[in-house]
Amino acid sequence: MAAISTPLQSEPGLLSRLITRRTSLLGLIVLAIVALAAILAPVIAPYAPTKLSIANRLHAPSLQFLFGTDDLGRDVFTRMLYAARVSLSVGFAVVVLASVIGIVLGLTSGFFRKADAPVSRVIDAMMAFPDILLAIALVAALGASATNVVIALGIVYAPRLARVVRASTLVIRELPYVEAARALGVPTPVILVRHVLRNVTSPLLVQGTFIFANAILAEAGLSFLGVGISPDIPTWGTMISVGRQYMDQAPWIMMIPGGAIVITVLSLQLVGDGLRDLLDPRLAKDI
Amino acid sequence: MLRSIINRLLGMIVVMAIVVTIVFVIVRVTPGDPAAVMLGPEATAADIAALRTKLGLDGSILEQFGHYVLGVVQGDFGQSIFLNQPVTEALAQRAEPTFFLTIFSLLIATVIALPVGILSAYWRGSIFDQAATTVAMFAASVPSFWLGLLLMQFFAVKLGWFNTSGYGGPGASLSERLNHLVLPALALGLVSSALITRFTRASMLDVLNDDYVRTARSKGMSEWRVVLKHAFKNALIPILTVLGLTAALLISGAVVTETVFGLPGVGNLVVSAVLRRDYPVIQGALLVIAGLYVLVNFGIDMLYLLVDPRVRY
Repeated sequence: MAAISTPLQSEPGLLSRLITRRTSLLGLIVLAIVALAAILAPVIAPYAPTKLSIANRLHAPSLQFLFGTDDLGRDVFTRMLYAARVSLSVGFAVVVLASVIGIVLGLTSGFFRKADAPVSRVIDAMMAFPDILLAIALVAALGASATNVVIALGIVYAPRLARVVRASTLVIRELPYVEAARALGVPTPVILVRHVLRNVTSPLLVQGTFIFANAILAEAGLSFLGVGISPDIPTWGTMISVGRQYMDQAPWIMMIPGGAIVITVLSLQLVGDGLRDLLDPRLAKDI
Repeated sequence: MLRSIINRLLGMIVVMAIVVTIVFVIVRVTPGDPAAVMLGPEATAADIAALRTKLGLDGSILEQFGHYVLGVVQGDFGQSIFLNQPVTEALAQRAEPTFFLTIFSLLIATVIALPVGILSAYWRGSIFDQAATTVAMFAASVPSFWLGLLLMQFFAVKLGWFNTSGYGGPGASLSERLNHLVLPALALGLVSSALITRFTRASMLDVLNDDYVRTARSKGMSEWRVVLKHAFKNALIPILTVLGLTAALLISGAVVTETVFGLPGVGNLVVSAVLRRDYPVIQGALLVIAGLYVLVNFGIDMLYLLVDPRVRY
């Protein structure tokens, strides 16, 4: 029970400390708006995301079409809302998957001395691949779909989290309470979950926020290149890809989704910076 | 020193061996027969069988791996299915634009980031510092391909100062090549400068309050000599690390930016290979780029040895 109740008690404290920082508060508010818009897309959106209207193609922003229309007469505002759903859910799923893989690798490598060298070398090798390039190769192998983009980006970002978890685990492993637990005969999996994992959540949360931001950028890049999520599904990346062909006549098609990516990623960075300063002052170093 | 170099070299070889294994495994995770996937739904059973033989997919997985490793060691990354030429040849033909794009972007990023990072740390808390930090965070949030499109629209289409796309013909002059590279390098360099600025600032802040900096000041040295000679030199190690990381980021960015600007580089080759499921090209590009990254980082580790005599591996 204690293991569950402590984090629940500390959560409101963290949030209230976070909102005292103006920049983090701004980031949180913007993220909340984007998330709300994404969740409520079917309610807010004035049109269907795939509704074609050739008569209204390349319509400039107006009261009828808030963000204008694209080359097929589809409402850009509607597609923006639906694209936000894809971007946020892909970003979040990537963080979850990367965390699961990163925790397993990081705990194994940090806690078990014999496993450290081999696992660390695998992590080093994975980090030798530029993120987009590895993601492209994995999506090419697995097939282009939202699920496979999540799997690919999850694998790409897992080593970063693994390094963070490993570094914290190496320190925690030597602390007296872990030694005491060992001496009392507490089984290793219990020590790992109850004593080590709970204490690596702070750096994990900080890194997770930055990976969320990176995953949104990477997914947009993959969709822009046409090697990610199916072009039929609206994403910010595919919208920019379509919009580039009409930059002269209809700049809003690519400007608006690009702006949405910048605002969302910037907000995540502001929140991440705030979390880092609060939870991991050693890492903060005024970066 | 020699021991450190040998240790680091051995570590690099192990990492490269794992990189080769990962690249081999990636194609094997393809659901179904990779040869059938590559040739598409209209391929006949005979075509598929021929390609399987050509790719060495007939033997056991261990035989395939042995065959693959042997090829890689000899510099043979196989044959491109669609270009009908050896992968090494295809990569070599497209290396030049990617190389110059990466170098120019890193140059632009460094020229912006180092002075801004140093001044930002020196004038900590000032309006300059706040503006620089905000701009750096903003730049880190901009997708490089989107920035590239905006730069292209303004400087190439509207003002006509630069070419919109391509790399010039085979006999293009140096100035024409540079004209093609300015905008993509600017897009990548600006985005990458964010990370270097933040790290330079943080590293400088770390050392600016150290005792030896105070001593240098008390000896009456000029302020800029203190900052550049004493503080910056000691802040170099983390800055070098981030430069190595940025090189990898730039290659990632180059994949997308080359596509935006139609630069016939390795990134462009990889994207078209993915769209055509030309796996040998994807594998070859992954191997070469990861290998370069490992080499660059090895070079940086060696630089550490020169910059900081305390460093040992």
